[in-house]
Amino acid sequence: MASIRNRASALAALLVLLGLTFSGALSPAVADPLDDALAGFTADKYDDTEKAIQGVVATGAPTGKAILDALAAGRLVFDPESKTVLLKDAAGKLTLAKTGEAAPAELASRPLKTVRANNRVRRAVEAASGAFELQDPNPKKRIDAARAVFKSRDPAALKAIETALATERDAGAKEALQQARAAILLGKADAPEADRIAAADLVAGVGDQDALAALRSLPAGSPQAVKNAADAGIASIERWLSVANAFQDVTFGVALGSVLLLAAIGLAITFGVMGVINMAHGEMVMIGAYTTFLTQRLIHTYLPAIDGASLIVAIPAAFIVAGAIGVMIERTVIRFLYGRPLETLLATWGVSLILQQAVRSIFGPTNQPVSTPDWLQGSVSLMGVSLNWNRVAIVLFALGVFFALLLLLKRTSLGLKVRAVTQNRRMAASMGIRTPWVDAMTFGLGSGVAGIAGVALSQIDNVSPNLGQSYIIDSFLVVVFGGVGNLWGTLVGAMSIGVANKLLEPWAGAVLGKIILLVAIILFIQKKPRGLFALKGRFVDA
Amino acid sequence: MSRYRFLDTAGLIFLAVVLAMAVLIPASNLLLSPDHPLHVPDYLVPLLGKYLAFAMLALALDLVWGYCGILSLGHGAFFALGGYAMGMYLMRQIGPRGVYGNPVLPDFMVFLNYKELPWFWLGFDQFWFAAIMVVLVPGALAFCFGWLAFRSRVTGVYLSIITQALTFALMLAFFRNDMGFGGNNGMTDFKDILGFPVQAQGTRATLFALTALALCGAYLLSRWVVTSKLGKVVVAVRDAESRTRFIGYRVENYKLVVFTLSAMLAGIAGALYVPQVGIINPSEFAPANSIEAVIWVAVGGRGTLVGAALGAFLVNAGKTWFTGVMPEFWLFALGALFILTTLLMPKGIVGAVSDLLGLRRKSELPSVPPAAPAPPPAAAPAE
Amino acid sequence: MRNVIRGALAAGALAAAVFAGAASAQAQETVKVGILHSLSGTMAISETTLKDAMLMLIDEQNKKGGVLGKKLEPVVVDPASNWPLFAEKARELISNQKVSVVFGCWTSVSRKSVLPVFKELNSILFYPVQYEGEESERNVFYTGAAPNQQAIPAVDYLMKEESVQRWVLAGTDYVYPRTTNKILEAYLRAKGVAQEDIMINYTPFGHSDWQTIVSDIKKFGSAGKKTAVVSTINGDANVPFYKELGNQGVKATDIPVVAFSVGEEELAGIDTKPLVGHLAAWNYFESVDTPENKAFIDAWKAFTKNPKRVTNDPMEAHYIGFNMWVKAVEKAKSTDPDKVIDALPGIEQANLTGGVSKMLPNHHITKPVLIGEIREDGQFDVVEKTPDLVPGDAWSDFLPGSKDLEADWVEKKCGNFNTKTGKCGGQGS
Repeated sequence: MASIRNRASALAALLVLLGLTFSGALSPAVADPLDDALAGFTADKYDDTEKAIQGVVATGAPTGKAILDALAAGRLVFDPESKTVLLKDAAGKLTLAKTGEAAPAELASRPLKTVRANNRVRRAVEAASGAFELQDPNPKKRIDAARAVFKSRDPAALKAIETALATERDAGAKEALQQARAAILLGKADAPEADRIAAADLVAGVGDQDALAALRSLPAGSPQAVKNAADAGIASIERWLSVANAFQDVTFGVALGSVLLLAAIGLAITFGVMGVINMAHGEMVMIGAYTTFLTQRLIHTYLPAIDGASLIVAIPAAFIVAGAIGVMIERTVIRFLYGRPLETLLATWGVSLILQQAVRSIFGPTNQPVSTPDWLQGSVSLMGVSLNWNRVAIVLFALGVFFALLLLLKRTSLGLKVRAVTQNRRMAASMGIRTPWVDAMTFGLGSGVAGIAGVALSQIDNVSPNLGQSYIIDSFLVVVFGGVGNLWGTLVGAMSIGVANKLLEPWAGAVLGKIILLVAIILFIQKKPRGLFALKGRFVDA
Repeated sequence: MSRYRFLDTAGLIFLAVVLAMAVLIPASNLLLSPDHPLHVPDYLVPLLGKYLAFAMLALALDLVWGYCGILSLGHGAFFALGGYAMGMYLMRQIGPRGVYGNPVLPDFMVFLNYKELPWFWLGFDQFWFAAIMVVLVPGALAFCFGWLAFRSRVTGVYLSIITQALTFALMLAFFRNDMGFGGNNGMTDFKDILGFPVQAQGTRATLFALTALALCGAYLLSRWVVTSKLGKVVVAVRDAESRTRFIGYRVENYKLVVFTLSAMLAGIAGALYVPQVGIINPSEFAPANSIEAVIWVAVGGRGTLVGAALGAFLVNAGKTWFTGVMPEFWLFALGALFILTTLLMPKGIVGAVSDLLGLRRKSELPSVPPAAPAPPPAAAPAE
Repeated sequence: MRNVIRGALAAGALAAAVFAGAASAQAQETVKVGILHSLSGTMAISETTLKDAMLMLIDEQNKKGGVLGKKLEPVVVDPASNWPLFAEKARELISNQKVSVVFGCWTSVSRKSVLPVFKELNSILFYPVQYEGEESERNVFYTGAAPNQQAIPAVDYLMKEESVQRWVLAGTDYVYPRTTNKILEAYLRAKGVAQEDIMINYTPFGHSDWQTIVSDIKKFGSAGKKTAVVSTINGDANVPFYKELGNQGVKATDIPVVAFSVGEEELAGIDTKPLVGHLAAWNYFESVDTPENKAFIDAWKAFTKNPKRVTNDPMEAHYIGFNMWVKAVEKAKSTDPDKVIDALPGIEQANLTGGVSKMLPNHHITKPVLIGEIREDGQFDVVEKTPDLVPGDAWSDFLPGSKDLEADWVEKKCGNFNTKTGKCGGQGS
């Protein structure tokens, strides 16, 4: 674990801290305060645990960092009888918290209790470990630690920050440390006024919501000049944030639009191109999501080495599984119904009921967990607007799928056949195209793409038998709004609905926004009865 | 070919059966002792009443879909609006018997701190007013919607999808507690209708008989519409809209009349449904409900009014039965039923039966055209 | 001709389907127990587990000899998350199947839908889910938490342990969150929280796009005061909500979320790593370490033959409710609803968290309140437990419409007794 690797650096940090706390007097009698501190863990009360954390840091015991890490991970245990505090490593091996030596064997057989942690304790651990991490050899870690202090504005960390600042070489880390120091000074009632005003400017320069929080939480009775500086900072940040918010709403809208695009794009083929009112489309998405779940489970069990890539593996898997089921449905049900589009609604509704219940019978009615790989977690800050990797990935993925599909339909032989068969089946058949095969492949393609959408949706929504149901109405709306039979229409339709929804939401609320949007679409269809991008040609007015 | 009889054999059988039900079921329920083999148990009466209300909804839907070619995926909205109008009347009849004992405000309003009744609740304490609203509100909505949509020549799936959007929007709106319609919980725990306790067996039997009579009335009305000149034009619109327009008919007006009439019938069905099931809430607006109604019509036989009603009755009876005997697997049975009907009985049950009896050519309307035009390039049957 | 054959075939298939399974075996005399939980539709996700739990409880009771010397026979129906169907199925259970008692419902609307049926046919319903209160009916026994058994202790905990000063009350737009949030708002205001420090937000059922709301919460939390979210978001919408929290980097140490509708079952469907430290308030957690609970969990895992199945709070509510019903039947020496209803108040039953719950005259029970923090394995760490059991309060003291109301089915025979006017029947006029 990291705690072992960091042991050396933690020791160094402790020496520094110790130097501060005890003005350099490294006495051999540290054992007693540590015992006192450790006793706090055995009281099983959060107040005492918190004091014990501070106590351990203050004593500067070499095992301090390990103790804190163990506490955060729920591996700090104690024997209620002898009040001995022990560390348990991942393998279950016990060591004495005080010395780090292996624990006597008889303790292992005792009913050991875990030192409980709640958010308050975890915060205290974070703040305490922050002090250790300010000295980490990795500058990125130091920046993170400084950011954490900036957020917590814990006055106790001031000394550690200043010590770190004195030796800091890395420019980025130095800036972060200065900002952290400013955030503390700003809220420190006994700091000199000039320092606090300078601090307010520095904090305002950070310009994000944490900075806003720092500026807003001035202690009561601060001098007017400090208040003015803080207010000016608040005003400047708010000005910027209002611009950023508008931008943020648009990015949210694009992200939602991409989700809609993904959900609808398979339907754009089965419904848009083939004319099948495919009510089982949502279930294909659901099957894709369940395939993702199964793939993750299998890889986690048999190939843990490529755990992080399981989502990538799931993409072709979902395409194949959903596509195969699609072909099966086409061969057994849909092929008897060409030319009777409204009846496909009835049959595919039946198919969707069966698929839902089948999944419910096999996997159970509850949600299945699909984990997000580490490389999709976290966010990137772009001009004060934070973009989640997760959403960025979905936008890129949706566009990728879209263009791949466009390419397939416009540039390959299969695509040519698909277009030929859907435009004039008899003619295509007389040219030697095996129309039944093309039908099956087209429906399989649409279903497979729906399955791929399921992979992406598993990252943001429930993986449950009801997954498909929640997207089917939106999908149909997107396809119809964009213009049936036109892939570009689907893209534009999805994006406009997504962005409009997110722009409406802040002032109308989620529900009312959606209602307004639906009414707008209904009215829009009156203006453009065949959607945004109507197909032009003779067969339109059937 | 030239003249359709106002009532054909199937219609006569249908009317006879429904009228017999209207008389015999309440009579058997009220008059026979519970041990009698022919006694209809109490729980069955409102259940059958519910099926009949659904049958009426199916009839209304068949009028627009089967005869006018408008596939409405939002007919549940009109049904639910009629139901809400009735529900509001029933709510007002509770009076001071709610849990908070407020003489005027329904419980959910007391709870949401309403000080007085919102304006749109005024008048609903009068039955006549509620009865008018049952017809007027769905009718007005259908009129506005149809007026816009048919004039803009929104057709085919486009129309279907926006009707779905309509009912979906209404569902979301009624879910909002701020709307003043009771939010998700809707309205329930009704006490009286026209002074009679809703829970009394006599009231139930009467409601059932009324529903059966209303169904007969709706059937006669629909039948009159489809056999009149109006009906012939409407069928022409279904089969060749452009051609009808070029001959000189104002297609949109014909559509509008039928659509509005159908919505009104659906509203009445909803109003009869609510006191019998005892609850109305926004899930009646759910798009899935409207789709299910379309399925009843298809199962029974599209374009045959009798079939629509029969389909609604059979599918719902099947649902009740399946959910009881195989609660874990009934969706398989229902799903398979839909698929098999489409594949094996494309004209629905009534179509299959009349094919079997060779009745069709003599008295029925021309069947649904084999290749209804699909919005994108229409395709001829495979093989 | 071909159509004729097809039609005949289909008709035959239909007929076969209708008659298959019509043969239901008639065994010797049993006591029938109705189970009214959705097995399909949107609520199946939560309710199916309760059906299985009831089957297990009945099975175990039968191994002990049933009640009054008769075996118990479960009757399961599927109301399919359809509210009118709930009423219809309740009627079918009571008048057709002649069940002695029904265990069922999850959502408030389903309970409201079946209420008139239970009153009319005079049967008994045990309702196992935490709910909004504002109700006490003679025929219903509420074994889930009333708002004072869940929401208020949770807020107290956040004030004490996390020194929270700013509150986001986020919920799905239906009656349970509305009521809970109203009660909490009144409670917080009484505790001196300013109006601008309370943000209330409602979303529709199954809301799946939380980007805007989570970013609003972040904004609200940047006012320099410790902020917490009290979530009454309903089942399905929780997964995307928590996923979005994780995505936008809202950690429990920054803005903790305390939820009233998220239990072990819901967490089993989420990747819980980013959620560690967020809270839930319940009356039971699977992680509670008592011998009763261990036995219950073992029995559950054996019954479902699935070592990964989790237990949750509504299951415990059914456990308490079912055992109370059995005791009441033994006490009344009859399954007659009137006698059992009279016998139930005062019955005591050990719950799974080490206390003894008691059925109160208002048809609610006493329960401990536990606050848990989400662990990485999808279980909860109990961080707080009320020292005594909290009696369920049908009518909240924090709502203007109900503060004078009181339910007492033993002395006053009334579910909405007005202590001001001294009369039964709500606020009166």
